Amino acid sequence: MVGALQTRAITKRMHTRLHAKTYFLIAVMVVAGPVGNLLLAKGMKQVGEIKIWPLAGLVSVFLRVFGSITIWAGIVFLIAFITAYMLALSLADYSYVQPAAALGYAVIAILGAFFLHEAVSPLRWAGIAFICAGVSFIRGTNPRTTGSPS
Amino acid sequence: MLEFVLFVLIIVVGTWGELCLGRAMKQTGELERFRPAAMASLLYRALQLKWIWIGVTMMALAFFSLLLLLSFEDVSFVVPVTALSYLVGAIGGIFFLGERVSPQRWIGISLVCVGVTLVLIGNK
Repeated sequence: MVGALQTRAITKRMHTRLHAKTYFLIAVMVVAGPVGNLLLAKGMKQVGEIKIWPLAGLVSVFLRVFGSITIWAGIVFLIAFITAYMLALSLADYSYVQPAAALGYAVIAILGAFFLHEAVSPLRWAGIAFICAGVSFIRGTNPRTTGSPS
Repeated sequence: MLEFVLFVLIIVVGTWGELCLGRAMKQTGELERFRPAAMASLLYRALQLKWIWIGVTMMALAFFSLLLLLSFEDVSFVVPVTALSYLVGAIGGIFFLGERVSPQRWIGISLVCVGVTLVLIGNK
């Protein structure tokens, strides 16, 4: 009886730690992902006309894109995002991590409207609200349904 | 049409790339401590796996599609539409990673899909 209780307490502690680590990584993802995308969007609007054909056009586009500091800053943020993502995936289910991190989708709309002066229509806001509602629904589920890797 | 193709590349190919990463990261084992050395060792082990490289290639393709799309579309339109990857992700999670998706999660995914539909309509 006491043994069972102890086991349960240990399991609960392990779960709490698993959650804490997962939540920390998700927090990094929610900030770094949208900031990265914002910088990419800003950078891509600055590079001018995109022509992927003929080949010389593609090379020119490539040089302009990867010569942009804004694009590189975006890539650095996205690397931070993907690192947190990969670490989170080692702790929890893919179909748990991905939706939980989706709060970033709302953050990006706010950033786009604020910093890039994008005209966000009421329908677009409504759609984003639905996406957030969907996210909060998903968040309460168990982080891992497959067995522990050994 | 170009827009549609780019969205498919971002959502379907990108999500499958992520699923490949998920598969690889489950083989590497769990991150035990939040120390740079432990994280580096985990990433090093991960880089030895075939699935990581397949995943990275697919995600690179999705990334270039995203760049192209962002050059002529709003970021507040493009990024919410890519939320459709929840649907692709859940389906892939079931068939590719053997995960279970609860009814509650399906409800969430449905709401996300409604949201994406509204965002798409709102752009016309």
